[in-house]
Amino acid sequence: MSSVTSNSNDPVIRCDSVYKIFGDNAKKMLKESGGSVDAARFQEAGCIVGVNNASFEVYPGELLIIMGLSGSGKSTLLRCISRLTDATAGKIFIEGEDITAMNNKQLIQLRRSKMGMVFQSFALLPHKTVLENIAFPLQVKGVNTNDSIARAKEMIDLVSLSGRENYFPRELSGGQQQRVGIARSLAIEPDIWFLDEPFSALDPLIRKEMQDEFLRLQGVLSKTILFVTHDFDEALRLADRIAIMKDGIIEQLDTPANIVLNPATEYVRKFTEEVPREKVLKIETVMDEVHPGDAVSDVKVSKDAIIETVAETVLNASTPLSVIDESGQVVGSVSAPRVVSVLFGGRSIQSSGAFS
Amino acid sequence: MIEALQEKKYLQFILLLIIFIFLCKVIAPSDTNWLWRLPPLLKQFPILIKDGIDYLMFEAWPISVYDPDIEEFEQKPLMRQVTRAISGFVLFMIEFVRELMLGGVKTIVSFTSWDWATENKWARWPGLPWTVVAGGAAILAYSLNGIKLALFVGAAFVYIAVFGQWEPSIQTLSFVLIAAPVAILLGLLLGIWGYKSKTVETILNPLLNVAQIVPHFSYLIPVMVFFGIGDHAGAIATIIFATPPMVRLTMLGLKKVPPEVAEAGLMSGCGNWQLMRRVLIPTARRDILIGVNQVIMQCLAMVVIASLIGAKGLGSDLLIALNRLRIGLALEIGICIVLIAIVLDRMSLAWANKQTDYFADQSFKERHKHLLLFLMVFFAGVLLAWVGSFFFKEGFNYLYLIPHNKGITTAGFWQAGVDWLWDTFFYSLKGFNEWFIVDVLIPIKNAYLSMPVVATFTLAMGVAFIVGGIRSALIVGALLLFIALTEWWDRALITTYLMSVAVVISGVIGIAMGTLCAQNKTTARVLLTLCDTFQTFPSFIYLIPVMMLFGVTDTSVLIAIVIYATIPAARYTVEGLRSVPESLHEAGSMAGVNRFQRWISIELPLSFPHMALGINQTVVFALSMVIIGAMIGTDDLGQLILGSLSDKDGVGNGLILGICVAFIGLAIDQILRTWANQRKAALGME
Repeated sequence: MSSVTSNSNDPVIRCDSVYKIFGDNAKKMLKESGGSVDAARFQEAGCIVGVNNASFEVYPGELLIIMGLSGSGKSTLLRCISRLTDATAGKIFIEGEDITAMNNKQLIQLRRSKMGMVFQSFALLPHKTVLENIAFPLQVKGVNTNDSIARAKEMIDLVSLSGRENYFPRELSGGQQQRVGIARSLAIEPDIWFLDEPFSALDPLIRKEMQDEFLRLQGVLSKTILFVTHDFDEALRLADRIAIMKDGIIEQLDTPANIVLNPATEYVRKFTEEVPREKVLKIETVMDEVHPGDAVSDVKVSKDAIIETVAETVLNASTPLSVIDESGQVVGSVSAPRVVSVLFGGRSIQSSGAFS
Repeated sequence: MIEALQEKKYLQFILLLIIFIFLCKVIAPSDTNWLWRLPPLLKQFPILIKDGIDYLMFEAWPISVYDPDIEEFEQKPLMRQVTRAISGFVLFMIEFVRELMLGGVKTIVSFTSWDWATENKWARWPGLPWTVVAGGAAILAYSLNGIKLALFVGAAFVYIAVFGQWEPSIQTLSFVLIAAPVAILLGLLLGIWGYKSKTVETILNPLLNVAQIVPHFSYLIPVMVFFGIGDHAGAIATIIFATPPMVRLTMLGLKKVPPEVAEAGLMSGCGNWQLMRRVLIPTARRDILIGVNQVIMQCLAMVVIASLIGAKGLGSDLLIALNRLRIGLALEIGICIVLIAIVLDRMSLAWANKQTDYFADQSFKERHKHLLLFLMVFFAGVLLAWVGSFFFKEGFNYLYLIPHNKGITTAGFWQAGVDWLWDTFFYSLKGFNEWFIVDVLIPIKNAYLSMPVVATFTLAMGVAFIVGGIRSALIVGALLLFIALTEWWDRALITTYLMSVAVVISGVIGIAMGTLCAQNKTTARVLLTLCDTFQTFPSFIYLIPVMMLFGVTDTSVLIAIVIYATIPAARYTVEGLRSVPESLHEAGSMAGVNRFQRWISIELPLSFPHMALGINQTVVFALSMVIIGAMIGTDDLGQLILGSLSDKDGVGNGLILGICVAFIGLAIDQILRTWANQRKAALGME
């Protein structure tokens, strides 16, 4: 297979009708069903459906979060894409190459050069120190000891663990252990970063801190990221786009705002009901068009600002504020009554024509 | 009535007991009645095995081999050639290590001459002075773990040298240094294979179960047939015996590696080999190290037994000392064996736990300080030996080698102590001994022997049925049937009698001790350490002190078994009690229980499954000790196995006898394990 020359808009990861079904005669049953898989019927035959017809794309620098409750198949999907398990059917392309067709050698090569993964239970090697754990992927790759140790030290600085190089994992707190896990996964400078519920095993306060840390890292590194979580708030906080999974099926894949505003299914709607919208929605979603002659305040807000962060300014202003885009161009206006009605006023937003 | 019987297990047990007693009363001893004893239908089986092995060794698959002596090709059976080659290789390795330390020419010669046989005049190796070996071992220990271990190791070697056990100890050591690594490697490989392949695991598991219980002696006989006698045969028997626990623990450890750790390894870009060597095995290290420890223990436990088929060293000396009732000497030799065991165990543990320091910027001298230190010790030792050769002009050069039994000895002191004990307590000891044998042991033994075979089957299968259903009953029945159809049913009953009396006593002592010590963290730790230490001793050692007091009698054997078999009972009790969650203790306290109530209604029920497994181990320990007891005289299966060792046609008998012992153990294991698992499931553990 020849590698495809990629331009920046080609997807880094592309899944094409991926199925993962556990069980002895899963392949045969899948073939007979012709693609439309009914989980209940498969279960009777002793097969468990992990991933059911997943198709999506992840673009360079994008942070896609796969969200679902336990047993929804989110981790299974992630493991199909990293090929820790083999998908039962479907194709998965990483930068244009079909990894389901790769042999073991190619796969190892791919993992050594392009992939990093962080695990829920940290999965550090108990017999190695912090430094050795981080250097491990490099040493496995064949980098000599001096270089790998030097690189590992850089990584330790990156995740703010300096001074703990010679600690063993058992001597660290959960948050510190996960910092090591993150450093390890980044040691080879991967393009694609997999995170499997990285913060779920941590205390709420530490989790918040680690999420901030994660956002900071992503700001520096701009990796293409697949992030699995069962925490909807976490997903809303971090994601560029969210895929919500239930029983192996991707129920909806969209931006956090669209998921909150336009849930595609009843299941997604239940999730979004309790979400405080001002924490999710951007000004863009509540702005009105500006007509020439409208009275608009001089105060400007960015269209990408989260409502919560500018709510006070908007609500205190007597006239609508002007909304600007990245280039400083005025693209609309936002008024206090409009904000109030969107945040507290049912779901009339679809008909308001707020989207262009 | 029927319904109550189906519901209540204790009613079922009472009914079973009634039937059992009824059968015992009704069936009278008779030579022809099959209900009393089954006919020995399997009598021919041992002979068949023997013929089969003979065929394999002397006739099967002939190949042409060039014989240099008669300068002709000869037809020889393949099997024999293969075993010969293995024997030769193992023997060479043992001799090599031995001569390196004690001096000699045989193996050194083969490295210096072109045809591996002709002697070169200069090819002499004088052997290392004991000071160098002791110092070298201490330095090795220091480089592995620091000054504490170094001091211990040095002291151990000095003890061995000073007490005049240097030669036999090095002989034993050389043989363990070959057998243990081979067993560890073999066990590791088999374990990995079992981990990788489900099929292999299903084949290995029952084999391991049997191998764990087949008595040591039984291994000796086939090894003798295939490999002859001598150090190599001893080493091979040891390897066969020491490998199973390593296999089991390797599989267990690898299976316990969290899947995410393996995945992390894969995502780090490991290939298969890297994953196994750098991720899975190190992560499973805890269990694998327990395996290594077990291998070393088993090797040392085999030291005495392997001497029966010609292994030189401490084992045969100990055996001779015991046979001559020279208790003091036996004690000193026993301490040497224990010391070697502990040294090897600690050193291997330290080696596995050794860390690399990436930050230390060391000079040449720093990095090679251990080597330099060793060179210094080497020259100092050689110099001392040289000086010694002038100093001790007559007789022995004590600075080079302290000859066998020419060192310090405390044997006289111990002997005097034993004599004093005898003189002082002769009547009370003898009285107790006689009373115990005549009024306790013999009646129990007779009771066992007066069981009709049908009653035994009913009881054993009945218990198995009540506990584990029809499947367990059938398994237990099949195991017993095999024994009943050999001609050794009565002997098996005697083995069972000794074993069960010991297990009852050990169980009571062990559980009581365990319970008392588990009340408090310190005492619990003391007890566990004690168990660890006692487990380090080869089982044979336990015979020494009891023989001092009770001579060659069933009492001695029984007490030795009880001491040895109490270890697992106590250990599992402590671990079981400690596994009771803290929250349950708190719940109990808040419900207002007192200490005794807490023990009865919370701790005991929850730790029962653990204790059952402890008793299971107690049974295994007791069985192995019963058989070893044969060496100081019993009249059970063990004695027969020992007998078949010296019988040239004994291979079939020995094997079948060993299997009988193993089957007794497996039958009990089946019942106890099923029950423990049921309890665990019922309590929601696991």
